[in-house]
Amino acid sequence: MQKMPKRYYAFFTLPTAIAFAISFIIPFIFGLYLSFTKFTTVTDSTWVGFQNYVRAFTDDQNFINAGLFTIEFAVVSVILINIVAFALAYLLTRPVRARNALRTVFFMPNLIGGIVLGYVWLLLINGVLINFGFDITYDPKYGFWGLILVTNWQMAGYMMVIYIAAILAISSEVVEAAKIDGANAWQMLSRITIPLVMPAFTICTFLTVSNSFKLFDQNLSLTAGAPGRATAMLALDIFYTFYGQNGYEGVGQAKAVMFFLFVSAIVLLQLRASRSREVEA
Amino acid sequence: MHKRLFAVFSILLAAAFVLSACATQTPAAPAPTEAPAQPAATSAPAATSAPAAQSCEVYYLNFKPEVADVYAKIADEYKAETGNTLKVVTAAAGTYEQTLKSEMAKSDAPTLFQINGPVGYQNWKDYTADLKDTDLYKHLSDPNLAVKDGDGVFGIPYVVEGYGIIYNDAILSKYFAMPDAKAKSIDEVNTFDKLKAVVEDMQAKKGDLGIKGVFSSTSLKTGEDWRWQTHLMDLPVFYEWRDNNISLAAAGADNFKFQYADQFKNLFDLYLKNSTTAPGLLGSKSVDDSMAEFALGQSAMVQNGNWAWGQISGVQGNTVKPEDVKFLPMYMGMSGEEKQSIAVGTENYFSVNKQASPEKQKCAEDFAYWLFSSPKGKSFVTNDLKFIAPFDTFADNEKPTDPLAKEVIRYVSNKDLYNVAWDFVKFPGQAWKNDFGAALLQYAQGKMSWDDVTKLAVTEWPTKYGQ
Repeated sequence: MQKMPKRYYAFFTLPTAIAFAISFIIPFIFGLYLSFTKFTTVTDSTWVGFQNYVRAFTDDQNFINAGLFTIEFAVVSVILINIVAFALAYLLTRPVRARNALRTVFFMPNLIGGIVLGYVWLLLINGVLINFGFDITYDPKYGFWGLILVTNWQMAGYMMVIYIAAILAISSEVVEAAKIDGANAWQMLSRITIPLVMPAFTICTFLTVSNSFKLFDQNLSLTAGAPGRATAMLALDIFYTFYGQNGYEGVGQAKAVMFFLFVSAIVLLQLRASRSREVEA
Repeated sequence: MHKRLFAVFSILLAAAFVLSACATQTPAAPAPTEAPAQPAATSAPAATSAPAAQSCEVYYLNFKPEVADVYAKIADEYKAETGNTLKVVTAAAGTYEQTLKSEMAKSDAPTLFQINGPVGYQNWKDYTADLKDTDLYKHLSDPNLAVKDGDGVFGIPYVVEGYGIIYNDAILSKYFAMPDAKAKSIDEVNTFDKLKAVVEDMQAKKGDLGIKGVFSSTSLKTGEDWRWQTHLMDLPVFYEWRDNNISLAAAGADNFKFQYADQFKNLFDLYLKNSTTAPGLLGSKSVDDSMAEFALGQSAMVQNGNWAWGQISGVQGNTVKPEDVKFLPMYMGMSGEEKQSIAVGTENYFSVNKQASPEKQKCAEDFAYWLFSSPKGKSFVTNDLKFIAPFDTFADNEKPTDPLAKEVIRYVSNKDLYNVAWDFVKFPGQAWKNDFGAALLQYAQGKMSWDDVTKLAVTEWPTKYGQ
């Protein structure tokens, strides 16, 4: 690599660094500070120590319930999205008619915003449930599966594209060698394709795990937490705490900080786990 | 190395997303100091008492989206008459508190905003200036309406509203004309028992009456349930506090037993069972849905307030004539309710931002006074905003003329009836209301017993106070 004169470093990195600092780092530190204070507007706060963190758990059960619901949702949706996405990718890398058109079709839901998707699916789901005399707010399980359905529909196409790229990148030599050795279709899939798309698997699980944990738009528009707060996920619970309850702004902020730590821990663990399974061809 | 970089990068990415989800305002680099207003417009000292020597800017954060357009016209007129600038930002429905929170954090914060009563005042008392010496307060027709704390006046009500059961007189007349009707005119309906008999009979004859149900959908969607958890709930609380001699000033965390829960259930059940919509589907119904059903003549009654006229008349293809829209008090089986009126009160109070400069505070006060005292301002209030303003600057012929506002005025002037005060301004706060609303939905769906609903309402009352 050609050596770059040192004096240009600042020129190229500073704009990005400043933008990053203004939009991410400063608000993050400020948010961290606010979680230890009591405030109504963010410019006027008084220090209260760890009180907000205690109140997040002791004043009501909402945060814990939302956490459990989120974990449940994340587990199911990560598994389902990846299975669906991989299955689609596997099918659409075979010689199928209208392959490219189908790839586009499956990818398209990803281009629609979460709020719109939520409302559209709310109409669809209620349109079906109305025949049984109730709607999506009737039982948390409808909200749960509704959310799973919407996120699958939205994210599977995106993950599919990543898997397709990975499958197409498998070297034809390996595939040919396996064929000559007499591998059947199942062996091809389980011994060749799946191990070799592990890097894509890492990316896809990372994306689905983090997306599932911080899901907000779809949650707000599909169920808004109804019935009660039974289908409110962590992000929505934080939103309700911050804006819905007077005097709970600091608690909402504390929840947000804990949410951040929690999601980072999960994502780190997940990365470590799936990275170790990657192989080189 | 590569791995670590990737990990660090993903953490940052996650952080970015997480924080943007709950991002508060960026602490904003010290924003440019306020440009010294307009180049002093040629002052036109009109009928205002405010000396327009120096032009100033008022920033009003409006609560009512339905009148956002009117405020744009008012701003033009105010500019033309006084040379002062009026900037109005309107919060989308149901988002006033969060908009206020973020706008207040800006260096150019609203100077005039509104609070919703004593509970809202508790949250904003660091920002509400004392208004007891203002002209507007001096002209308030009943000083008891204001939000007070000690000697200070921190919120001045600017509109009086009323709610009850809105009914379509055309449909009811049709029913009363039937040979076996349970009543012959609306005047006979002055107790819950009578109301129930009429409603249930009407529901049975809904085919002949050409309606889908007597009552519009009991909208219980999250965020659309305020007609029940706040407005309907006001009645049992009003009676409880009245019968136990609890003054509104003393009312608070300890004073709620829900002793009239059965009466609440009476009327709520009546709404649910004689409706256009099956109870299981109410979790998806919004207030707009209910009002549209009424406007299209699919229902004969709906519980709402006089602000709903704009909604009713704005529905495409509405079949309701203005002269047929009337109010009925909400009878729920209280003793002596023959004398009960509709519920008239206010939850809209002007407050001035204490943290703004004294000049700006003065500007805000002057604008509020101009709006409710000058001929042009009053004309806007009466004809465009359609507010029933509680100030003595308004003559009797300066009241709004839409059918529901006229009904409110008719009920208020009927001295035989007693008003149901808006005691819900002393309800615990949004958290309690939301939980209670969610419980009502589950009750409607048959998933929660009435005992559990009342238990939840009572046990959460003290714990959610002020939240």
